[in-house]
Amino acid sequence: MLRGSPPVLAHSPLGQGRPGFRGRIAAIDAAGTGTALTPDELERRLIELGFVEGAAVEILHEGIIERDPIAVRVDTATVALRRREAMAILVV
Amino acid sequence: MNAMAGTAACHCALVGTPNSGKTALFNALTGSRQKVANYPGVTVERKAGVVRTPAGLCLTVIDLPGTYSLRARSPDEEITRDVVLGRLASETRPDLLVCVADATNLRLALRLVLELKRVGRPLLLVLNMIDIARRRGIEINTAVLTELLGVPVVTSVAVRKGGIDQVIGALDGLALGGAGEASGSWQPPTVAELRAAQRRADEIIRTAAKFPATPDTLTARLDSVLLHPVAGLVILFVLLFVMFQAVFTWAQPLMELISSGFDRLGGLAHSAIPPGLAQSFAVDGVIGGVGSVVVFLPQILILFLFILLLEDLGYMARAAFLMDRIMGGAGLHGRAFIPLLSSFACAIPGIMSTRVIDNRRDRLTTILVAPLMTCSARIPVYTLVVAAFIPATKVWGLFSLQGLVMFGLYAAGISSALGVSAAAKYLFWREEMSPPFMLELPDYKLPRAGSVGLGLVTRAKAFLTRAGTTIFAMMMLVWFLASFPRPPAGAAGPAIDYSLAATIGRLIHPLLAPVGFNWQISVALIPGMAAREVAVAALGTVYSITGGKEAATAIGHTLAGQWSLATALAFLAWYIFAPQCASTLAVIRRETGSSKWMLVTFGYMLALAYAAAFAVYHIATAFGA
Repeated sequence: MLRGSPPVLAHSPLGQGRPGFRGRIAAIDAAGTGTALTPDELERRLIELGFVEGAAVEILHEGIIERDPIAVRVDTATVALRRREAMAILVV
Repeated sequence: MNAMAGTAACHCALVGTPNSGKTALFNALTGSRQKVANYPGVTVERKAGVVRTPAGLCLTVIDLPGTYSLRARSPDEEITRDVVLGRLASETRPDLLVCVADATNLRLALRLVLELKRVGRPLLLVLNMIDIARRRGIEINTAVLTELLGVPVVTSVAVRKGGIDQVIGALDGLALGGAGEASGSWQPPTVAELRAAQRRADEIIRTAAKFPATPDTLTARLDSVLLHPVAGLVILFVLLFVMFQAVFTWAQPLMELISSGFDRLGGLAHSAIPPGLAQSFAVDGVIGGVGSVVVFLPQILILFLFILLLEDLGYMARAAFLMDRIMGGAGLHGRAFIPLLSSFACAIPGIMSTRVIDNRRDRLTTILVAPLMTCSARIPVYTLVVAAFIPATKVWGLFSLQGLVMFGLYAAGISSALGVSAAAKYLFWREEMSPPFMLELPDYKLPRAGSVGLGLVTRAKAFLTRAGTTIFAMMMLVWFLASFPRPPAGAAGPAIDYSLAATIGRLIHPLLAPVGFNWQISVALIPGMAAREVAVAALGTVYSITGGKEAATAIGHTLAGQWSLATALAFLAWYIFAPQCASTLAVIRRETGSSKWMLVTFGYMLALAYAAAFAVYHIATAFGA
């Protein structure tokens, strides 16, 4: 788990971060996240909420049960989503 | 270019992302000249109003559900897409589109604007909450923005007087300026197009806006407490408790006031009109009917006051965040906690408040199970039977047996709600995937008294006109069944024995005999359809005990002498599930837009009631009750 550490060069999925984890989105890879949506649909929804390559993200809070869901700042907005869907967001 | 100056009415649609202050702008534009209804056949609300511009134009403004993209993800967003594109048969295609954006949060709104441009209608961008943006040091150059977007841009402060002058002026100009060419076919944007649009929107923001070096942190600081895994949940539960107390207890004095007011009115009518049919019609039918509608208003208003305040504050999204996993574990939607909690007081405000649930499947499921929550109207019935039949002994020297039975009845209600919810999901919506939990947490903002007040008035009017008319009609029907035909002169038994209700009761008695109900119960169930607590007075009437519901003790004694314990227990089991509330059914019909789900609710509750009463009666008889 990465907590506020300096950005690593390898892509880390946002779904594995703890509060304080921050970086810039490198890619959206929706395949194989185990979500109920199709990869195409998940990618669309993420983009519609502002998760695009180059946006700055930071994990602010997490829920009490299984540390889910997470509250993430995306540039100027704050979005809540489950870690399962957040695994599609790769951060650098 | 067509000039629209000659058109009598011009249609304008408000579009925007959620949390953009679109509704505040709509309220500011239309004030009290707005009407709320449902789109045909769906649970989505239709809000339309009228605005008069200085140039003399009469604009019909329609407030569309918030959406992030015209590519719709939910029934609400489908309505927005269909109205904007003119695909909805019942709606005129809008002549103008107004996109409302939160000036402090432009990224998603600008992408939406780029999408809306392809629709081919005159478009206006309104940067709402510009005062908050300026206060935070965000500078937006509207001239540059207009040029880069190719769309006129104005600013507004929807909640302040005079804050929407720029908007109305721009609407004038836009309406007179002529319609754009409608693009032939619209296709949902591809993923690549969405990405490109967002990148372009971000670029435009970088050029046209300047952000302060140190961003505002009030929301972040509040969230560190309100979203704290422990403190946040504690605060939420305290808030829910206060809300529940308010709806359950604080509404009582107001409801008493309304009740006694209508009783007094009934008394006046009673003395003014000579005894007979007209008197019964006026007192029991009309005055009783209207009173039974109006008495719900205090609970509805108090509940919606909390909901509107919390929504405007921005706290509702946080509550959904905190409750998501807990409710999910019980198979319910995160936002269902408010409707279900309120249903402990009364299912009617609870069902009305399911509008906070955006997902249609979860909204319907919550509406279906809300009546199972042990509402306050069941308490007089439970108290009557428990006091008459359950001995006042203590279990293990600690717990009162009567209290335990009451608790058991409550627990049965809750567990049946969870069970029915799971069954409904399995039966009706197995194929529909559960949408992932993904929502924006808006910045905290102070609610405005005017906006909240208008929301309450709108809600009250909607209830009175939509549900109230149906409830009143059902009450009149019940009165009619219980009063006709009139007893012949010199008749010995209670008047109800000669009425249609008694005829129906006797007809269905053979069906109810297997669950241990005698004919008196069968007859009392008919007027008991009006409302749950009416069962007490109805039983009194059937057993010829005068005094209405105040005579509960006398009624209890009579029942104890006449019913077996098995029958009494079966009666309790019946009441846990029975759909004995015409008002609830009426509200379900109004909120779901059709009679289908009302009939489903009636059917499944009746089936459960019968099954439970049957089981309890025969098990109790087997044990020698």
